[in-house]
Amino acid sequence: MGFYFTQFLTGLASASSLFLVAAGLSIIFGVTRIVNLAHGSFYMLGAYIAYSIVTSIDVGPVGFWLAVLAAAVAVGLIGVAVEMLLLRRIYHAPEMFQLLATFGVVLVVQDAALAIWGPADKLGPRAPGLDGAVRIFGELVPQYDLAMIVLGPLVLGAIWLLFHKTRWGTLVRAATQDRQMLGALGANQKVLFTSVFFAGAALAGLGGAAQVPREAVSLFTDLNIIAEAFVIVVVGGMGSILGAFLAAVLISELNAFGILIFPQITLVLMFLVMAVILVVRPWGLLGRPEFIARGPGEMPEAPYRPADGRLKLLGLAALLLLVAVPLAGDDFLMVLMVDVLLLALFATSLHFIMGPGGMVSFGHAAYFGLGAYGAAMLTKLLDTPMELAVAGGIAAAAAGAVVFGWFCVRLSGVYFAMLTLAFAQIGWSVVFQWGDVTGGDDGILNVWPAAWASSRIVFYYLTLALCTGAILFMRHLLYAPFGYGLRAGRDSPLRAEAIGIDVRMRQWHGFILAGAMSGLAGSLYAFSKGSVFPDIMAIPQSIDGLMMVLLGGVKTLSGPYVGAAAFHLLEDQISRLEFWRAILGVTILFLVIVFPQGLVGFLRQRLSRDEAAP
Amino acid sequence: MTAALSVRGLSKAFGGVQAVENVSFEVEAGQLLALIGPNGAGKTTCFNMLNGQLAPDSGSVTLEGRELVGLSPRRVWRLGVGRTFQITATFSSMTVLENVQMALISHRRRIAAMRPRTASLYRDEAMALLERVGMAAQAERACSILAYGDLKRVELAVALGNEPKLLLMDEPTAGMAPGERVELMALTAGIVRDRGTSVLFTEHDMDVVFGHADRIIVLNRGRLIAEGSPDTVRADPHVREIYLGAGTTFAL
Repeated sequence: MGFYFTQFLTGLASASSLFLVAAGLSIIFGVTRIVNLAHGSFYMLGAYIAYSIVTSIDVGPVGFWLAVLAAAVAVGLIGVAVEMLLLRRIYHAPEMFQLLATFGVVLVVQDAALAIWGPADKLGPRAPGLDGAVRIFGELVPQYDLAMIVLGPLVLGAIWLLFHKTRWGTLVRAATQDRQMLGALGANQKVLFTSVFFAGAALAGLGGAAQVPREAVSLFTDLNIIAEAFVIVVVGGMGSILGAFLAAVLISELNAFGILIFPQITLVLMFLVMAVILVVRPWGLLGRPEFIARGPGEMPEAPYRPADGRLKLLGLAALLLLVAVPLAGDDFLMVLMVDVLLLALFATSLHFIMGPGGMVSFGHAAYFGLGAYGAAMLTKLLDTPMELAVAGGIAAAAAGAVVFGWFCVRLSGVYFAMLTLAFAQIGWSVVFQWGDVTGGDDGILNVWPAAWASSRIVFYYLTLALCTGAILFMRHLLYAPFGYGLRAGRDSPLRAEAIGIDVRMRQWHGFILAGAMSGLAGSLYAFSKGSVFPDIMAIPQSIDGLMMVLLGGVKTLSGPYVGAAAFHLLEDQISRLEFWRAILGVTILFLVIVFPQGLVGFLRQRLSRDEAAP
Repeated sequence: MTAALSVRGLSKAFGGVQAVENVSFEVEAGQLLALIGPNGAGKTTCFNMLNGQLAPDSGSVTLEGRELVGLSPRRVWRLGVGRTFQITATFSSMTVLENVQMALISHRRRIAAMRPRTASLYRDEAMALLERVGMAAQAERACSILAYGDLKRVELAVALGNEPKLLLMDEPTAGMAPGERVELMALTAGIVRDRGTSVLFTEHDMDVVFGHADRIIVLNRGRLIAEGSPDTVRADPHVREIYLGAGTTFAL
């Protein structure tokens, strides 16, 4: 009995800090409609800053909490800087650009943290005055956990008071319901947005700072916490603070007790609960169905025309160049080009659902990873021949897409993005934690191609043939009813349903197909490298895919492979530098702000302008 | 004549507002029935319950004897109900022709097909429909750049894609110039004649209503207050009161 009760208390203590992060995320989204991927970074910064303060000054019991508060305020100010310098410029950009921009911030913060605090994990000292333990039902419970249990409801109460008893809170609630109306009524939106960003970032900072005595902070903290915060916000209902609290308690208790029953797969349990809740209540426990979203009307894509002679010639020339690559006799070039081809297939499969389908997935790497692990595990565990292993990889990715996709297509927009990201993160965790089968962090080694394909040249041509075939197949699908059905669901779900098109079914099929194609790229990747590691299904891999698509231009058909090539060649250059993440982050920010139509979109604009000129 | 659509005791409340209350009427085969009423009378709510977009609190809707309540919009469409919207809904990234082709492809249940090129499917048939609504000349233009009145015509062609028994048209001429309005309704009346389709439409323009409707039903504050031939409805004192002044605003 006593044991279970302490376990329950541990769950509550963890819930507090998660609630703080999720509440901040939810408030920022409610008012600015920005899903802040950098929210995990704010949490991480809060933890690092608090760690620095408490380890450099000899703080007493009061001083400790002042340090926590100071860290929260500092993070709040960092949030203000991000909002004023960056987000202000992109409030009117499409959602996915905003998400990408905040990911740029994640990268920059990661390298900044690496430069300041170094790569080692940091565990802070126990909180002065709360460093003991109390006996409850005969079991020891750390005093600090009890303090955390109080902190959560305390902050919840404070937010409630702030929202219902102050003018600022009223404005925040009004903006959450209809910010355009609020603007029309003369409220100063700039100040409101900045202050909301301060509050949200400070909450995340507080969550991180308060966690310092309980948990070590590392450079991975940011993405781990953002995935959990997404799950909590989705389960609790976007924009609902109380919902976030309930969900945080639910998920934390689930972790606390789940670890007793299935220590290896607590994350799977979390996923199951989220899945059940989303099926019963698609908008979360306390969320409301839809917001009034009157975004600026986006310019629709131009109708598809069959490729004209000039374009076909260009494609043929590119293909001939690719065929000629081995003639250069440069092994390194061939390896590089295999990477480019595989990424081109990966990006094209992502574009398939994201462009024509309008489903912006932030977790497409999951299917790349499932393909790679599927193929690698078949090879290692069952000694399957390469041809079958590749097919198995595709099947594994498709099966993953069948299950995850079924849930994802029930949501749209940012909810869809969050759920895909959460699923991918769960997939990553399973691979990472289930060391006995997947090798965990050590990966799976010695996955080599069949003897006939083991020469570099043969493998290059195999990759070229399969990738080109798959890309052309997807291109063809986009001209077939299959692809038109996807676009119909994106352009006007209302009209599509009114002419008998089952939009969800179309989206689900599209999702599965894209997953399978991504799986093909992944399984070939495993054989090209001879090994697989969990990184290939981590969040950064998914974001890389988005980068490639956006770099090429989301409203074009050839954008994804042009973008993949450009991106990988660029990455190949900068990844040799020490702070390449920061450079990549700044590149993302630059692209999003200056170059939103992408390379192919830019070229097309220039060309059509030339043609339009008399 | 037999009833194509039969509505019995349809009701819907939003919170405390009774939007539609115990409404019953019939659309006879081959008839052009107008549903009129002031703003907020419940016309669009009524419409949305007929094609499955909105679930009624109570009541029944039958198409040639078959119950429609509880079916999704796409099932209702499969049974032969076409629909146009008050604010046009078309596929903006496709051409006019492709929009019509999509309806034909869906009707033939080939929407998941992977082999054929969409452009080659049911092209002639789609052109014939566009010809019928006077949009053939603009078949290759993108829907996103059409004038509003032309979009309404495209929607009509799309709605005809499944050879519907019944057409539901929510304010088919809203946003059009006066000349265009009469033209579009004359076109619709022609289609009704040729194909034997039944039409239920809502409309604010009284010239359009009295010029083309075979029969009119009048909705006010969710209740059906009058029905009959255009002449009967024109003469109805209650209807005159609503439309000419004494007004709903002060009749509390």
